[in-house]
Amino acid sequence: MIEQLPAIQLLLTLLAAPICSMLRNGDQSWRLATIVSWASVAIAGALLHQVWGGGNDISYHMGGWPPPWGIEVVVDELTAIVLLLVTLFGALVMTALRESLSTIMRHQRQSLYYTSFLLCMASLIGITLTGDAFNVFVFLEISSLATYTLIARGRDRRALTAAFRYLIMGTIGATFILIAIGFMYMLTGTLNMADLAERLPEHRDSRVLHASFAFFTVGIALKIALFPLHYWLPNAYTYAPKATTAFLAATATKVSLYVMIRFVFDVYGVEFSFQQMQLGTLLVPLSLAGILIASLTAIFQSDAKRLLAWSSVAQLGYMSLGVGLLNLNGLTASITHMFNHAMMKAGLFLALATMIYRVQSSQLTSLAGIGRTMPLTTGAFTVLGIGLIGVPFTAGFISKWYLITGALDKGWLPVAVLLIISSLMAIVYIGKMIDVMYFKPAPEEFSNVREAPMSMLIPCWIFALLTLYFGLDTRITAGLAGRVAANLLGAS
Amino acid sequence: MFTGLFNYWIVVILMMAGLYIVMSSGHLVKKIIGLNIFQTSVFIFFISMGKVSGGTAPILKDGISVFSNPLPHVLILTAIVVGVATTALGLAISVRIYEAYGTVEEDEISEMDKENRQRETSVSTVVLDKQ
Amino acid sequence: MIVATVFIIVKLDRLMTAVMMMGFFSLLSSCIFMILDAVDVAFTEAAVGAGASTIFFLAALAIVGRTSKKRKKEKTLMPLAVVICTGAVLIYATFDMPYFGTADAPIHQHVAPRYLQESGDEVGPPNIVTSVLASYRGYDTFGEAGVVFTAFIGVLLLLGAGTRKSGLERPDPPNAKVESMRQKIVLREVADLLIAPVLIFSLYVQWHGDYGPGGGFQAGVIFASVIFLYALIYGIVPAQQLFPPRKLAYFPALGLLLYAAVGLASMAMGGNFLDYSVLMPDPHDGQHYGILIIELGIGITVAAVMINIFFSLSERSL
Repeated sequence: MIEQLPAIQLLLTLLAAPICSMLRNGDQSWRLATIVSWASVAIAGALLHQVWGGGNDISYHMGGWPPPWGIEVVVDELTAIVLLLVTLFGALVMTALRESLSTIMRHQRQSLYYTSFLLCMASLIGITLTGDAFNVFVFLEISSLATYTLIARGRDRRALTAAFRYLIMGTIGATFILIAIGFMYMLTGTLNMADLAERLPEHRDSRVLHASFAFFTVGIALKIALFPLHYWLPNAYTYAPKATTAFLAATATKVSLYVMIRFVFDVYGVEFSFQQMQLGTLLVPLSLAGILIASLTAIFQSDAKRLLAWSSVAQLGYMSLGVGLLNLNGLTASITHMFNHAMMKAGLFLALATMIYRVQSSQLTSLAGIGRTMPLTTGAFTVLGIGLIGVPFTAGFISKWYLITGALDKGWLPVAVLLIISSLMAIVYIGKMIDVMYFKPAPEEFSNVREAPMSMLIPCWIFALLTLYFGLDTRITAGLAGRVAANLLGAS
Repeated sequence: MFTGLFNYWIVVILMMAGLYIVMSSGHLVKKIIGLNIFQTSVFIFFISMGKVSGGTAPILKDGISVFSNPLPHVLILTAIVVGVATTALGLAISVRIYEAYGTVEEDEISEMDKENRQRETSVSTVVLDKQ
Repeated sequence: MIVATVFIIVKLDRLMTAVMMMGFFSLLSSCIFMILDAVDVAFTEAAVGAGASTIFFLAALAIVGRTSKKRKKEKTLMPLAVVICTGAVLIYATFDMPYFGTADAPIHQHVAPRYLQESGDEVGPPNIVTSVLASYRGYDTFGEAGVVFTAFIGVLLLLGAGTRKSGLERPDPPNAKVESMRQKIVLREVADLLIAPVLIFSLYVQWHGDYGPGGGFQAGVIFASVIFLYALIYGIVPAQQLFPPRKLAYFPALGLLLYAAVGLASMAMGGNFLDYSVLMPDPHDGQHYGILIIELGIGITVAAVMINIFFSLSERSL
C-alpha cells in the first residue's frame, strides 16, 4: 500500500473529477471534491514524511516498466513540498469555494466547475510527480485547459478575452516546450529526465541543445509569467472568478516555476544552464526590472484584484531572481518564497474574495470602511498583507531575508538595495489597501454588510495563521529548501 | 547537406508561417487556425526525426527488420489529441466572446474594453453577469 | 505544395476558405506522415485535422461570421520580427542535426530498440505503436484521455449542452448550409450509403488496433464523424434525438473511469498502476486484455467528447 502512494496521490483527484461531473448536484460534488482534496493533503503529508531528510527518494514505475522505457514517477523533497503546496492550498480554497460560487453560477453548472477545479489540481500534481519530459507536456496541457475554463467563467465579459489571450500565449508556450523536448530527444533518444541528465552533457556544444534550451526558457517563462512575458497574467487574475484567483495565484505559476527549476538544474545541468548559456545574466536584470516595474504599477491600481495581480508579477520576480543568483541562499529563498508566497497570495485573494462576496465589487472605493463591517476578514487580510511586505515574524520575512543574504553573498550591494526599495513599494500598495479598508468611510449602500459565512472565514484565517506560523518555524520551508538547494547546486 | 536537412527547413518555414498567423491576425478564429498550423508543423518535425531510410511502418511482420522509430509516433498521437482539445476550447471561448461583444476582431474588443475601464474608474459600477 | 497552402492561408481574409485550406493542409500533412512510415499518425491526422477540427471550425464560423478585416499596417512588423528570430534559432539548430533518415542517429539507438525487438514478446501486439502507446507509455495515454475530458468539461461549462439559451440575439441567420443540405437528395442517398459501412469500419478500427494501424482514438473520431455527417444532412435535432446530449455527457467520464479501472485493478492485484501483466495468470493475456479495455475506454471518451463538442458548438447557431 505504502509504495503505491505516488499513484494514489494523483489518482484521487483525477478520478474524483469524472465522478464529480456525473453528479448533477452541486452540493454533493462539492462535498466529494472537498473530502478528496483533504485526503490528498494527507497523502502529500505522508509522502513528505517518507522523503524527509533527503536521500530516500521514491521512484514509482508506471505500468511496471522500468525507465527509460516506461514512465517513471519520482518523489524527492522538492517534489513533496510542492505537492503539499498544491494540495493544501487547493483544499483550503476548495473549502471556501461553495459559498463563493453560489452567487455566480447556477446549481447545475457548479459540479462541472468543481470538476475543472479538480482536474486542474490533479494535473498540477501530475506535473510535479512525473520524471518524464514528455509527460510534463501532457499534464501541462490538462492544467492549462482547465485553467482557461476556470478563468473564462468569470462574471465580467473581459474574463473571456483574458482567457482567450492566455490560451493563445499558453499554447505557444507549451508548443515551444514541446519543441525543446523534441530537440532533447533527438540528441539522446530518451525522454526520462534522469536519463536525459546523464546523456546531455556530452552534447553540450551541440547547437540543437542550445536551441532546445532557448525554446524551453521562453516557453516556461510564458507559463510562469516572468517579466516581460507576464502580459496575460494581470487580466487573467483580475477577471477570473473570485476564489479561483486564489487557487491559480497559489499554484499554477508556482508549479511552472518548479518545472523550470527541475529542468534547468536537473536535466540541463547547472554548468550548462548558467555557465554556457548564461541564464543568470538574463534572469537577474529581467527579474529586477520585473520587480520594480510591477510593484510600481501595483501602486497605481484602483482595482484591488488587479493590484494584487501586479504584485504577483513582482513576487514572481523575487523567485526567479533567487534562481538567477545561483548560490545557496538565493536558491533557498526561491524555494521558500515559492511556498510562502503561494500561501500569502492565496490567502489575500481569498480574503478579498470574501469581501467581494459581500460588496460585489473589487474597486477600492467600494471596499472602503470594510474593516468596520467585516472586521474578521479584514483582520486576516491585514495579517497576510503584512506577511507579504516581509515584516519580521511573518513568513514573508524569511524568504526576503534569504534573498537579500544571497545577493550580499554575491557582493551585489545594489541588488540588495533594490530589493529593500521594492519592499518599501510593497508597503505602499498594501498600506494603501489597508488604509482604505480601515480609515475611509464606508459608502452608503455597503454600510450594513454582514461578516462573511464561516466556510469562507475559517480558510482565510488558516492562511493567516499559517503565515505567522511559518514565520517562526522554518523547518518545513527554509530548512527543507536549504537541503534541496544544496542538492541542486551540488548535482552538477 | 541540402537533402539531409531539407525536410527540417520546410518544417521551420511552416512553423513560422503558423506563428505569424497567430500573432498578426486580428480575428480570433484565424488565430486558432494559425495555432493549428504551428502545432501540425511541430508534429511533422517529430515524425521526420523518427524516419529511418529504407524502414517501414513499425508493425511487426516476418521478413522485415528495419522499422522507423515508433516512439515519436506515439508522442505525436498524444500531441494531436492535445491539439484538437485546445482547438475546441479555443473555439468555444471565441463563440462566447462573440456573444458577449458582438465581434471577434481583437482591435474592436480592446477598444470596447478600454471604454469599459474608463467608465469603471470614474464611477465604480458593478457589472453583473447575465448568466 | 504544402508551403503554398500555408501562405495562401496567411493571405486569406475569407475565413471559410481559410478553414477549407486548413483541412487541406491537414490532409497533405497526413500524406507526409504516411510517407514517413507513421501510419497511425497519418490516420489520426486525417481523422482529426481534416475531419473533426474542420467541422468544429465550420460550426464556430457559422456563429461568428466569415470574414476577417485587414489590420493596420504597423501591427505586422512586430510579429514578423519575432517570427524571423525564432525561425533563425531553429535553422541555426538544424545544422547540428543528424541528417534526415540516418539509421544511426542517437534517437534510434537508446530506447527505441527495445520496443522494436522485444515488444512482440513482452507485450504482444504486432503494431508496435499500439504497444508503446497503451503499455509502455500507458500513463501518457491516460493523461491524453484526461486532456480530452478536460476540454469537454470546458466546452460544456462555457457553452452548455442540450439546453438551448433564449434571448441571445444574433444578427445574421446562420447555418443556412444545413438547411439547404436537407433538400439535396443525392447527398442524402450517398450519406445513407456511407453511414453504415463507416460505423462498421470504426468498430473494426477499434478492435484491430493491435494488428494494424488504428485503435481507440482513431475509432472514436471516425465514429464521431459519422454522427457529424448525419447531423449535417438530416439536421442537428434528429441527431440529438439519436444521442441525447444529456445522457451522452456521462460517457466521457465513463470512458475515463474504465481506463482507470484497469489501472486500479492492476494495483489491487499487486502490480503498479496500469501494469496489465498481473491482471491474468499469463502476463501475455493480461497485456492483451488490458490493452483492449483501455482502448475501448479511449474510444468511448473520444467519440462522446467529439459529438458533445459538436452539438454544443452547432446548437448555438440554430
